[in-house]
Amino acid sequence: MTGDAADALTCTGLAYAFGATNAVDGLDLTVRQGEVFGLLGPNGAGKTTAIRCVTTLLPVPAGMVRVFGHDAARDQMAVRRLLGYVPQQLSADAALTGRQNVALFARVFDVPRRERAERVRQALAAVGLADAADRLAGTYSGGMVRRLELAQALVSAPRLLILDEPTIGLDPIARTGVWEHINAVRAATGMTVLVTTHYMDEADQYCDRVGLMHRGRVRALGTPAELRQGLRERLGADALPTLEDVFRAVAGSGLDEKSGEFRDVRSTRRTARRVG
Amino acid sequence: MSEAPAAPPAASADRDHDLGLLLRPPGARPGWRLLPARIAALCAVELQKLSHDRTELYTRAVQPALWLLIFGQTFTRIKAIPTGGTPYVDYLAPGIIAQSAMFIAIFYGIQIIWERDAGVLNKLLVTPTPRSALITGKAFASGVKALIQAVVVIVIAAVLGVALTWNPLRLLGVAAAVVLGSAFFSCLSMTIAGIVLSRDRLMGFGQAITMPLFFGSNALYPLSVMPGWLQAVSKVNPLSYQVDALRGLLLGTPAQLATDFAVLAVAAALGIAAASSLLGRLAR
Repeated sequence: MTGDAADALTCTGLAYAFGATNAVDGLDLTVRQGEVFGLLGPNGAGKTTAIRCVTTLLPVPAGMVRVFGHDAARDQMAVRRLLGYVPQQLSADAALTGRQNVALFARVFDVPRRERAERVRQALAAVGLADAADRLAGTYSGGMVRRLELAQALVSAPRLLILDEPTIGLDPIARTGVWEHINAVRAATGMTVLVTTHYMDEADQYCDRVGLMHRGRVRALGTPAELRQGLRERLGADALPTLEDVFRAVAGSGLDEKSGEFRDVRSTRRTARRVG
Repeated sequence: MSEAPAAPPAASADRDHDLGLLLRPPGARPGWRLLPARIAALCAVELQKLSHDRTELYTRAVQPALWLLIFGQTFTRIKAIPTGGTPYVDYLAPGIIAQSAMFIAIFYGIQIIWERDAGVLNKLLVTPTPRSALITGKAFASGVKALIQAVVVIVIAAVLGVALTWNPLRLLGVAAAVVLGSAFFSCLSMTIAGIVLSRDRLMGFGQAITMPLFFGSNALYPLSVMPGWLQAVSKVNPLSYQVDALRGLLLGTPAQLATDFAVLAVAAALGIAAASSLLGRLAR
């Protein structure tokens, strides 16, 4: 389980505390190569902290994080070369054009000068910003900024693309647009995508597998269909519950490890493992 | 597309959907070339930003112009400051170059906190860029901005009739002194940013240190007129060494250039080391 280079990402017993608050509390997580993995959870579940440990922004005080076999605590530069990262904030530089924003990331990933312009052009075209490339990013809409950030992350051909709440604060059309571009690029490049979100409908529609995170750990894991089917079996309901129902069952009742709920989650997890 | 691709894609018919290059990760650059490449990238960004919006360039020219015009002209008439025979406005000009460069650099801590809050810094930290290269890049970028500022002040001074050197070698030395000084002060600011972690607190610190640094230096008056304790302050203040070098190079006044450049280089190196070691705190 540790250090299997065949997996894009493995976290084993990852823990991170801010003072007395255990933001991430023994996280075990495996993201397989080529899949779109959704890390779901309410605000404060520890998703962003976990992502920041994976991206080397935070140290790994306890446990192990490996990206394609590289230890995120020791071999940070190797890990960073494999990552594309889009943080939660809309973080393009408003005082630069779209093209300049992407070109900066081509440069800091050591793209050779002779292919820089073409690579930047391809990244911008991949997210549908070819026509707006020479406008200042400050004039972009929220959805366009998100797509620009996607281009910034894609220009270095990352093997693992990490998106932290990529559609937060976007209108429904922009949300769909962002996801369509993520999907198209994934289909074309075969890269692995790790995405956090609290929009259950998006996770249901776009993620191959999801992990429901609550209080610093993954409490349920599987394909969206497996998780929904698992809850249906447990409740004996006729209608297939939504992922949001699953989420509520996992997170809604302030569960802890000793509660009955957790055993149920574990059985869901076993089901997930059997099926997947 | 304005830039022609050096390696045209094979199937140009469907050029917009060709993602060929995005399948291939770029190779790593050899270690010794990484630092200059990152410095160049971050300086290029600084110049690109200035090319889109020159407002800052113009507004920042106002203050040094007023110093030279009002303070400089008035004190030239008063003749209260012993300058060793140099007209006071001449004596003042190099000090104002150093001052305006410092005022730009001292804002870099605020900028880096702003970039942290906006997520821009985090994205850069998740690239194969060592912390020290990122800080060095920022330090040199502030130097580039300061150089433009220095050109503005030199032009204003020339218009006011200050007899400056036009020797290209000396001007290169001026550029080096400006860049090294900016590197130190921007790193000082980024170091404080790494300690206080918030923009509001840093604003307070910035206000609290810029004036003492300026008045506790030889920018406005020579060391000899200062009381003993202020001379001591001035002697550990890198701004004094920067002003001494600028004065020596631009006006030909006696200066200890070797000492000046050594102090500036060591100060810049220490600043880069301190700011780099604290950068991780900003990302948390």
